Amino acid sequence: MNITGYAKKFLLALVAAAGMTAGVHAAEGGIAWDRAPNKTNDLQSLQNGAKIFVNYCLSCHSAAFMRYNRLQDIGLTEKQIKDNLLFTTDKVGETMKAAIDPKQAKEWFGDNPPDLTVIARSRAGHGGTGPDYLYTFLRTFYRDDTRPTGWNNLAFPNVGMPNPLWQLQGERRPVYAEREEHGHATQVFTGWEQVTPGTLSPLQFEQSVGDLVNYLQWMGEPAQNTRLRVGVWVLLFLAVFTFIAWRLNAAYWKDVR
Amino acid sequence: MADFKEISPNAPVGAKLLNWVDNRFPASTLYKEHMSEYYAPKNFNFWYVFGSLALLVLVIQIVTGIFLVMHYKPDATLAFASVEYIMRDVPWGWLIRYMHSTGASAFFIVVYLHMFRGLLYGSYRKPRELVWIFGCAIFLCLMAEAFMGYLLPWGQMSYWGAQVIVNLFSAIPFVGPDLALLIRGDYVVSDATLNRFFSFHVIAVPLVLLGLVAAHIIALHEVGSNNPDGVEIKKHKDAKGIPLDGIPFHPYYTVHDIFAVSVFLMAFTAVIFFAPEAGGYFLEYNNFIPADSLKTPNHIAPVWYFTPFYSMLRAITSEMMYVLIACVLGAAIFTAIKSKLAGFLKGLIVLVALGVVAMMLSIDAKFWGVVVMGGAVIILFFLPWLDHSPVKSIRYRPGWHKYLYGIFVVNFVVLAYLGVQPPSPLGERVSQVGTLFYFGFFLLMPWWSRLGEPKPVPDRVTYAAH
Repeated sequence: MNITGYAKKFLLALVAAAGMTAGVHAAEGGIAWDRAPNKTNDLQSLQNGAKIFVNYCLSCHSAAFMRYNRLQDIGLTEKQIKDNLLFTTDKVGETMKAAIDPKQAKEWFGDNPPDLTVIARSRAGHGGTGPDYLYTFLRTFYRDDTRPTGWNNLAFPNVGMPNPLWQLQGERRPVYAEREEHGHATQVFTGWEQVTPGTLSPLQFEQSVGDLVNYLQWMGEPAQNTRLRVGVWVLLFLAVFTFIAWRLNAAYWKDVR
Repeated sequence: MADFKEISPNAPVGAKLLNWVDNRFPASTLYKEHMSEYYAPKNFNFWYVFGSLALLVLVIQIVTGIFLVMHYKPDATLAFASVEYIMRDVPWGWLIRYMHSTGASAFFIVVYLHMFRGLLYGSYRKPRELVWIFGCAIFLCLMAEAFMGYLLPWGQMSYWGAQVIVNLFSAIPFVGPDLALLIRGDYVVSDATLNRFFSFHVIAVPLVLLGLVAAHIIALHEVGSNNPDGVEIKKHKDAKGIPLDGIPFHPYYTVHDIFAVSVFLMAFTAVIFFAPEAGGYFLEYNNFIPADSLKTPNHIAPVWYFTPFYSMLRAITSEMMYVLIACVLGAAIFTAIKSKLAGFLKGLIVLVALGVVAMMLSIDAKFWGVVVMGGAVIILFFLPWLDHSPVKSIRYRPGWHKYLYGIFVVNFVVLAYLGVQPPSPLGERVSQVGTLFYFGFFLLMPWWSRLGEPKPVPDRVTYAAH
C-alpha cells in the first residue's frame, strides 16, 4: 500500500476517534434523562408551549434575548401576541423580561432565576440533549419537607426552584426499592406515586411539558428550522457543483502524461 | 526595472489597459510568477489541497469577522447579548456567526492536515526551511487568534478558559504575576481583558497573520513546491528552463483546488447547517451560559484544537518532574560519555544540565507544565534541523518509519481526547507517556531518522496519468 493509502486509514481512524468521544460534558448528578419529543416544526405544540412559558415561567425567569414579535415565526399574529401573551410589557417589539424584581428573587430563592432564552442549548451533556434534560427536570419534582421551598427534584437534586407546574401535575412521591448491588443494599428509583391529583391527567401533563420544552428548544435558536431548510438546498447545490468541478478537473488533467 | 512598453494604437482596449497597468505595476509579472508560470510538480496527491483550503478558510474568517464586528459589542455587560442579537435579530446573522465559529475549527483541521503533509514528505527540508518556519509562526498566530476570539462570546467557557490559561503565565518565576496582570489588564478576567482581546483578535493578530501568509507563499514560490516523492523537479528542465515534471499552477492546480474546495464546502456547510455545535466540540454547551465570575464550572476544557497541548500541560505533575529530571540527567551523561565533543564542551553541557535540574527541583511543576506546553509548539520550528534522514519523503524511508508516524498521529489524537476529559489517574498516566513520546519523537529524531535502509529514490517524480 502506498502512503496515500496509509494516510486515508489515518483519516478514517481520526474520524472514528472523534465519533467515540462524542458528548464532552459530564452530567452533574441526578437520574438518567428521558428523551424529549423533538418537533420544532409542530406549530400547535410550539404555540401551546409559548402559552405555558408565558404563564408559568416568565413571572420569575426572563428570556431577555427573545422578542415577543418573533413569536410570529410560530404562526401567531401580532394581535394574538398582544392580546394573549404580553404580560410584562406593552410593546410587542420588546424582549421577554421577567415580572419579578431580581433583588427579591435573590432573597427568596438564594439566586437569580437564570435567563431561559438559550437554556435548552446550555443544558446538553452526556445524558442527552438540552431539551432531554429540561423534559426530565420539569417532570421529576417531588415534595421534600427538608428543603426550604418544600420541593426537591430527581434530575437536579436540591434545586432552588419549587415545582412551577405543581397545580397542573399535583404532588408526587418517588418510589424506591432496595436492591443488592456489589454486596451493598442500595435505593433504586422505580417509579412515582401520585399523592394529590393535578388539574391535568398524567398523560396531558407529559404532553404539556413536551410542548413547553419544545418551545424552549425553538426559542434557543428561532432560526433552526430555517437553518435546516436552507442547508438542504446548499448541500444539493454543492453536490451539483462538486460533480462539475470533478469533471472540469478531469478534463484539464486528461492530457497530462 | 522593466522598460516602458509601447503598444500598437490598434490593440484592443483590454490589452491597452493591461499595458498601461503593467508599465506602472507588475500585474502580468505577478500573475505569471505565481499562477500561470509557477511550475508545481505534477504528482501532487490529495494531501496538497490543504494549503489552498487554509487560505480559503482564512478569507471566510476575515469576511465573516468583518460582518460580526458590525454588530458585536466588546463590553462585558453587552457582549453575550450582542452575540444573541446577531443570532436572532441580524438578518442571516446566525449564518455569519456559525460560519465564523465552524471556520475556527475548520481552520485547525486543515492546518493540522497541512502540517502533517509537510511532516510526511519532508517539505521542511533544505531549501524549504523558511517556508516551514513561516508556517509554524502562522500556526502560533492562529492559536493566539483562536484563544482570544474564544473569549469574545463571553460565555462561561470563554471566561473560565481564559482565566485558566492566563493564570498559567503567573507560574513563571519573578515576572509571572505581573505578566498575567498585564495580559488581563485586571486582577481577574474582566471587561478590560475583553477589550484588549477584542483588539488583538480583530486587528493586531490578523495583520501579523496576513503578513506571515504572504511571506509563506512568497518563500514557497521562490524555492518551488516539494512533492510526495521528495525529489527536486528543478533538476530536470527542458530547453526553455521549465521543469520537465512541472505543470503550471493555473489552470492545472486551480481546477484541482476548486474540486477540493467544493468537497470541503460540503463538509463545512453540513456542519454549519445541520450540527453547528458539532456535539459540543465546536460550540461548547456551557458557553451558552453568560460568564459569571462567581461560578466556576465543574469541568473547564479548552476547545478541541488546543487539547493535545493542554493534555501535555496537565501531564506535568510534581511526580512527573522526577521523570523529566531523569531524562535531562540521562541525556547529559550520554553526551558526556558517547559524544566526540571536546572535554571542555562536555563539562559545560553537564554543568548546564545540573543547573536545569536545580531549577526543575526549585520551581513549581506548574511552570514546567507551561514550558512543556509552549515547547510542544516551539519544537516544530526546529524540525528542519532535527530530521537527518538521507531521504525526504516517507515513501522512500524504511518501512518502520511509517509505523512511527502512525503512532505519532495516534498519540496526538489520544492526547487531544484526554484533554477534553476531566482529570483521572489513568488519563494522567497515559498523557504522561504521550508527552514523553511526543518530545521523544522530535528530540531523538536526529538519531532515529538516520537508522534503517532507505529505499532508492527515483530521479524523476512518479506519476500515473489520471
